[in-house]
Amino acid sequence: MGISRREFLRRAAAIAGTSIIGSSTNVLARGDSPNYQERYSVLVDTTFCNGCRRCEWACNEWNKNPNQPLKAFEDKSVFEKKRRTHAGTFTVVNRFISPKDSKPIYVKKQCMHCEEPACLSACFVDAFKKTSKGAVIYNPGLCVGCRYCMIACPFDVPAYEYYEPINPRVTKCTFCFDRISREGRVPACVEICPTETLRFGQRSDLINLAHERIRDNPRRYIDHVYGEHEVGGTSWLYLSAVPFEEIGFRTDLGKTAIPEMSKGFLFMAKMFEVLAAWPLVFAAFYAISKIRDKGEKR
Amino acid sequence: MRKAYDKLFLGMTFREYLKNSLTLSNGIAALILIVAIPVMVYRFVYGLGPSTNLSDTNPWGIWIGVDVLCGIALAAGGLVIGTAYHLFGMKEYHHFVRPAILTSLLGYLFAVFALLFDLGRYYRLPYPMVISFGLSSIMFLIAWHFALYILALLIEWSPAMFEWLNLRKLRQWFNRLAIWATAFGVIIAGGHQSALGALFVIAPGKLHPLWYSELLPVFFLTSAIVAGIAMVIFESTLTHRVFKRQVKYFDHAEFDRLTISLGKAASAALFTYFFLKLFGLAHSNNWVLLNTLYGYWFLVEVLGFVLLPAFLFAYGVRHKSVKAVRWTALLTVIGVVLNRVNTSIVAFNWNAAERYHPQWTEVVITIGVITMGILAFRWIVNRMAILYDHPDYESVH
Repeated sequence: MGISRREFLRRAAAIAGTSIIGSSTNVLARGDSPNYQERYSVLVDTTFCNGCRRCEWACNEWNKNPNQPLKAFEDKSVFEKKRRTHAGTFTVVNRFISPKDSKPIYVKKQCMHCEEPACLSACFVDAFKKTSKGAVIYNPGLCVGCRYCMIACPFDVPAYEYYEPINPRVTKCTFCFDRISREGRVPACVEICPTETLRFGQRSDLINLAHERIRDNPRRYIDHVYGEHEVGGTSWLYLSAVPFEEIGFRTDLGKTAIPEMSKGFLFMAKMFEVLAAWPLVFAAFYAISKIRDKGEKR
Repeated sequence: MRKAYDKLFLGMTFREYLKNSLTLSNGIAALILIVAIPVMVYRFVYGLGPSTNLSDTNPWGIWIGVDVLCGIALAAGGLVIGTAYHLFGMKEYHHFVRPAILTSLLGYLFAVFALLFDLGRYYRLPYPMVISFGLSSIMFLIAWHFALYILALLIEWSPAMFEWLNLRKLRQWFNRLAIWATAFGVIIAGGHQSALGALFVIAPGKLHPLWYSELLPVFFLTSAIVAGIAMVIFESTLTHRVFKRQVKYFDHAEFDRLTISLGKAASAALFTYFFLKLFGLAHSNNWVLLNTLYGYWFLVEVLGFVLLPAFLFAYGVRHKSVKAVRWTALLTVIGVVLNRVNTSIVAFNWNAAERYHPQWTEVVITIGVITMGILAFRWIVNRMAILYDHPDYESVH
């Protein structure tokens, strides 16, 4: 060990300093207002969906997930159980029964692509990224597999390749970022949708469109665009004829972006650590000086 | 060579050593490991799917809830005693320091070892340190704090190792450094004990409202201090019984007196924790939920395993009953385990359609890891001056 005590302390302080300053500058950096103008969205009008599940097929096809022939997706028996996203299944359509007229309502589920993603703020290796186009994408090259993103996601979207022993990945909808970053292309599910259900465009435009539809057809829709404000806003927006909790949405999530919840703690923790450092340094000095005194007396 | 041999086999020939090792407790440990080690290999070869009940809805099971959350809370003894001894100058606790530090060190090391089974890509464990920094993540803070705290504990423990290896100069040097490590460790340990609670602040929609609170970091920190004190009492009681030979010349009346003092501290910490929980409940105004099934379970935890031991410690202190203090310490430890399991498993995803319970393989690996931790503790205590002062070295203080 050719390292002096002073040198050790200097290094220790440097490490502590990086972790303290690193996080607090980050708190500031996250306050930068993102450029919402450029961001894309999809408006899902659940009143149009007929449950054909072609979007599921197209999604599997484009993302090279295990797929079946299109014909197999006409099987209605899958609606008997509520399904969620899994490894190799980025999107699912579920069926609910309308409390209004007892007719079926079909609801597509996939990653909501939050404006301030919980998964992103949960990830300790920064494997998630919110692209300028709005897509939240995942980098398996960094992932350690702690699955905290799955705990954090308020929509229960990210899934895990549990049956992959060596290189398991978190899997979720990519917003077809490889398609939408090219001009004029839309996500695979939007492209194949034979009804008016899925509409791709600028987020601000689609929010206006959604409110317009509600205004024009107040009896067709409830006055709520899901995703406009939920957990700080999401890229995917939903319209519905019945209250959202009737069709499998959580309406108790609030408007606060999930990352805000950990931000406060991180900031407080750093503050306390810096403040507590001083009395502790003095205590250590005092303890050492007492040992020295004793040594001299002997 | 001869010397190293003696150190490793406690001055016996290898044959004698083996013969001496044929005890009932070793037999049980061997039996556990014979089952657990193949299961551990199975986990690494076949992955998480076949070896756990984890799912997309329940991504965390007992390896996080028990091995990591409980393991780290119960490893707070080193923090509590180290601070009292090194920084507050409570020299009378001298005898408790080394076993507490060793318990903490092994607690952390084996919690991280257990974490390897849970991580999908365990071989990337150092990634948050060197490859990519998720600065907005509470997990990032925990990863760094774990690493730094293990370093601090290694420094605090190292004088015992240098005595064993007869490295006088290094021992003296690290003895001084240990004080700095303790001071540094207080910050680091406080930070990550609370951060473990903050992990769940991110999931208000998933954790039952009786357990969810913005105060979770404070709850976790306070209950970790509770657990730390209780563990020091529990662990010292146990080691004194198991390693009787090593504490022959020890003043047992003094030991009992200090145990009762620890009981006093534990009682105060428990009352603090109880009132914090009460304020949390009042703050979220969830009183009505107490009259539900989850509410009853919450009351069992808070009344039976926080308030009751708080009073029992007070009783033990008042009536100078070491026995009461020792049993209450065990009750408290169980209470903290219950809290961590409730927060991460029982009350987590309480409203989800799909609930989690561990698969037998998960339980076996957990028991295997704990067994390895105990064996490591014993291996070190049998060789190094943990429970007594090394005869060749004067005590530093």
